[in-house]
Amino acid sequence: MDSWRKNPLVFWAFNLPPTVWLVLFFVIPLTLVWVLSFGEKRGIVDIEITWVLDNYARALQPLYLEIFWKSIWMAAAATLVCLIVGYPVAFAIAFAPARWKPYLLLALMVPFWINILIRTYALIAVFRTRGYVNFTLEWIWERANGALNLLGLGEYQLLGAQFQPLDLLYNNFAVSLGIVYAFFPFMVLPLYANIEKLDRSYIEASLDLGAGHWRTFFSVIFPLTWHGALSGVIIVFIPALGAFFIPDLLGGTDSQLIGNVIERQFKSANDWPFGAALSFLLMYATFGALALRSLAAGRKRGLEL
Amino acid sequence: MTNRRRRPFSRRSFLAGTGAVAAGISIGPRFAWAAEEPKLNFYNWDTYIGETTLADFKDASGIDVSMDLFADNDELFAKLKEGNPGYDLIVPTNDYVERMITAKMLSPLDHGKIPNFKKNVATAFQDTQFDPGRKYSMPYMWGTQGIGYRKSKVDGVPDSWKWLMDSDKYSGRVALLSEANTVFGAGMKYLGHPYNSKDPAHLKQVEDMLTKQKPHIKVFAEDNGQDLLLSGEVDITMEWNGDILQVMEEDDDISYVVPKEGSLLWQDCLCIPNGAPHPGNAHKFINFILDAEAGAAIADFIQYATPNAAARELLPPEYNENPAIFPTEATLAKCEAAIYLGEDAQRQRDEAWTRILAA
Repeated sequence: MDSWRKNPLVFWAFNLPPTVWLVLFFVIPLTLVWVLSFGEKRGIVDIEITWVLDNYARALQPLYLEIFWKSIWMAAAATLVCLIVGYPVAFAIAFAPARWKPYLLLALMVPFWINILIRTYALIAVFRTRGYVNFTLEWIWERANGALNLLGLGEYQLLGAQFQPLDLLYNNFAVSLGIVYAFFPFMVLPLYANIEKLDRSYIEASLDLGAGHWRTFFSVIFPLTWHGALSGVIIVFIPALGAFFIPDLLGGTDSQLIGNVIERQFKSANDWPFGAALSFLLMYATFGALALRSLAAGRKRGLEL
Repeated sequence: MTNRRRRPFSRRSFLAGTGAVAAGISIGPRFAWAAEEPKLNFYNWDTYIGETTLADFKDASGIDVSMDLFADNDELFAKLKEGNPGYDLIVPTNDYVERMITAKMLSPLDHGKIPNFKKNVATAFQDTQFDPGRKYSMPYMWGTQGIGYRKSKVDGVPDSWKWLMDSDKYSGRVALLSEANTVFGAGMKYLGHPYNSKDPAHLKQVEDMLTKQKPHIKVFAEDNGQDLLLSGEVDITMEWNGDILQVMEEDDDISYVVPKEGSLLWQDCLCIPNGAPHPGNAHKFINFILDAEAGAAIADFIQYATPNAAARELLPPEYNENPAIFPTEATLAKCEAAIYLGEDAQRQRDEAWTRILAA
């Protein structure tokens, strides 16, 4: 494995670009934000780096911890929904006839060609009081009511005097839905990659030996593909945790997530050091999740050896 | 389809709150030319300039204007905070003009190069508290904040902040803006305090009132209150006059009123940020905008109130006498301009806002 020593030129030719990229666009900006989180404001634009912990102390007040907790809870719920819906979808794609697969994958990816912000605005048009979901429900209601009238049951008003549109938007449900919608493909793709590699004969063996479908899934399929699920969970959970424009656009009066608080610090509140501290608390949570993942990966490798 | 003024999005809406998306700045050369190249980098609100203004200016002066758009003052401020990325002319609102003057981010204007200012601009706008002597800013447009409502769904004219902030009458059909400063300002006016009050007790009163009102509020709108009103999502909303005017053109059932307790009076200004690569061209363009005909063309297209008296003379009565554009003197007398509150008061307001949203 130390062949790179023999061809240092090749090694560096391949490794320099990603290294430069990583340093320039990840390490340096992140370090700047990290340093900023130990700063103090001096007037409107000046920030002095005094290495104080005040920003972190402020970020750990109950007010902000509750918002953190709510964000984690919300992101976790959205991730769980992605996982539960993602498994059957990934399965359907993996087990589809080979000539369909590229099209199914394409169908999953095509929405990604449109900016997420625009897709979120589109969700507003779908879910608002006078949106497409309610239009459809109203249409069904009218037909059903018409049928009841026809049967002579009209006077009982079984379906109510008139159609009541659902309040689908501007609440936490809409925010979760927006997050699920935005990040769903990130769950399906790693799952698909893992299920695709799965040896089908295991499933046949399990079914032949008398295990039911549920048993087969939990005892055979899940243990063999949970790695993909874990990757999916992480790449959905992390961006969901920092979501800010989805709650901005779809949320109601109590849909503030930590991403919104951070955004305000960099804009209207003009408190970059505090925003940086909040961001880094979020970052530490993310690092924690990634560490758990590599721990799990390490254990799996250990088992295989 | 006679409505040539119909604009797809309001200048303050759409991308508000998503500064991250608004990337792509054209970076001009940072060094000054002995004779400036015929270019100008203009940083403006969306749909906030005449249809042909930039082309007309090019015909008149040979200067190419490239225009970038920002969604709100915070985005403008955040972008210039770490140094001017190459803009020659910006359009901040009065409290941000004050903020930027305090932070020494603006260049003084040479009034000798802007003769149209003395010649055309109304007396009331010749001087101002936020920029004494108009050293750094020229008035561009002004307006109010108030209540947009659907006439058929409310009782009479809802001309009080009460209906938005202190009443369950329109429960679930109310939207407020999600801008801490203007919501607190309006709340202060309703409770009889100065718009810019820094008194923590006043702030607490407004906070308590809004926390109590929260169950009746449908949404804190990301400056898209006019769209919520138009789509029937809410029937009464806090908004900028220009935004409501825009949907009034599309829907006769929508109207606008400045609450009787008074409200916010705002003024957007033309300013040259420090480090502008083409300050000479910027002066020429400011003078062009303050010209009677050019100013009239802009005001006619964007339907905001112009401070340009000479331009108003060229405009029809349906513009000059529209109460949603030009409120009565009595209403105006009760309105106040936002002032820069200082960093401590700003932080208190932000924390109070975070608490209201988390409550």
